[in-house]
Amino acid sequence: MDWPAISLSLKLATATLVVLLPLALFGARQLARWQSGARPWVEGLLALPLVLPPTVIGYYLLVAMGGHSPLGQWFEQATGATLAFSFTGLVVASVVFNIPFAVQPMQRAFESIDPEVLESAKCCGLSAWQSFARIELPLAWPGMLSAAVMTFAHTLGEFGVVLMVGGNIPGETQTVAISIYDRVQSFDHGAAGAMSLALLLVSLATIAVSYGLADRLLKARRT
Amino acid sequence: MSLCIEVRHDAPRLDFRAELPEGEITALVGPSGSGKTSLLRALAGLLRPRHAQITLAGEVWDDGEHHLPTRQRPIGFVPQHYGLFPHLTALGNVETSLLAVPGPARRQRALECLDAAHVAECAGRLPRQLSGGQKQRVALARALAREPRLLLLDEPFSAVDRATRKSLYVELRQLHARQPTTMLLVTHDLDEAAQLASHLVLIDAGQTVQAGPTVEVLTRPQSETAARLLDIPNLFGGRLEVHEGRPRLRWGPHRLSIGRLVDGDSACRFAFLPQNVLLVRPDKPWGAHLDNPIDGQVTDVLVLGSEAVVWIEPDGLAGEVLQMRLPTRALDRYRIATGSTVQFSVRAADLIVFTPQ
Repeated sequence: MDWPAISLSLKLATATLVVLLPLALFGARQLARWQSGARPWVEGLLALPLVLPPTVIGYYLLVAMGGHSPLGQWFEQATGATLAFSFTGLVVASVVFNIPFAVQPMQRAFESIDPEVLESAKCCGLSAWQSFARIELPLAWPGMLSAAVMTFAHTLGEFGVVLMVGGNIPGETQTVAISIYDRVQSFDHGAAGAMSLALLLVSLATIAVSYGLADRLLKARRT
Repeated sequence: MSLCIEVRHDAPRLDFRAELPEGEITALVGPSGSGKTSLLRALAGLLRPRHAQITLAGEVWDDGEHHLPTRQRPIGFVPQHYGLFPHLTALGNVETSLLAVPGPARRQRALECLDAAHVAECAGRLPRQLSGGQKQRVALARALAREPRLLLLDEPFSAVDRATRKSLYVELRQLHARQPTTMLLVTHDLDEAAQLASHLVLIDAGQTVQAGPTVEVLTRPQSETAARLLDIPNLFGGRLEVHEGRPRLRWGPHRLSIGRLVDGDSACRFAFLPQNVLLVRPDKPWGAHLDNPIDGQVTDVLVLGSEAVVWIEPDGLAGEVLQMRLPTRALDRYRIATGSTVQFSVRAADLIVFTPQ
């Protein structure tokens, strides 16, 4: 077992959650209410990581974070380090390729709240914040938990984007998925098999939990 | 002291103007798609119309520039499907509308409201564990908890069975007697409006058709549209004329006396209520039932329990069939059956003549 790689993957997944979830929560709620002709385009843009090859997203992210890009130059000036091929760069990339996994379950959860319920909250005198905290969040929490679980598991398993943006630097950007690839290349099938099995079990548990929550969400809505 | 409403909007189309008496129950009646719910939403501030002038006892809620947000309006709203918060118990639902009240007092007040709505025993249950009638009562308790100055009810009885509806009518009247809030009740059921509301507003295609005390609107429609909305079946065409110096309504070969002046000869539409068609009884050859006597032939009879509906084709008016209602026992007594000949009358005061075309 490559414990440093496992530890790095867990650290990356946690950092991604901390950065992405609040942003996705805000975005998903806005999208759920937004009525505009531009909505399909915005939703399409956010869903691109689902359909594009990871190498394509990785390539664009690498270009955007490279030393010649405004973002890369700004980061280098501010911190003295490069954004590409660093853990911070990996977190930025991870946030981007996880957007659909975080936004979509939460958006569906907010959309499934009966508009009559939200209007009733207003008629009961609740402020926008009170309505969000007391009505929307409790009703949408299974969607949020599902988003968190999916994002976490997807980050653990992501390979293409991580390799493109982070390379393969042990302790800095070498995640468990890349470590498995490395072990296979060096014919260490024992370690590759153990780590693969661990990832498989985590992914299976994730999907099962996610489906269970979706069921619970549906039952809670039946009034 | 009243609720003055003037609302204009394009989609859905609204061109509505009415003044509702404060502290009374007013029914808003109209067909599906006539704009009833949209108007209610505009009053709640949930729909922002193109133009709105809404004031309650001088307090401005909407005047084109100023729009009071929903949460600041002193309203209670019971939507069609109750809009209960599915994750909160009945008590939690009521408490949520009392957030301005401090904790312990809030719970006490919420329990009192549930008790007043006869659902105290449901306090700990979630909405999905309640029957339709219980949900309706909880929604009403939640709406009344804030002691609103205007209570908006959007077809609140449409999803409950007949027996529950009857008891809810009584409870709503009792609640209103204890807490005389101005109520606007949207319904398409005229019987419901007649039982609950002291005032009635008819709405069609977003426009006010007629407004006034319920009995007056139900019995004296001011236009053919109002008569149609009130589902008055006896609606016919005739002519207004002056005959031998007296105003008359010419209906085929019949000249009927009417309770209004006539200005020359003109075509008109007129209506009369089925319950105002009187049977001329051979055993009682005097009295009001002899006004405007007309012979006719019974084309159909339908017994509805203690009441019967009789369709009659008046002599000389082929194809025109009127409807009358009378006690079922009268059918045998006066030998009324399909094909029999009868004499009926409509008093001058009961003939409703609409503005000449």
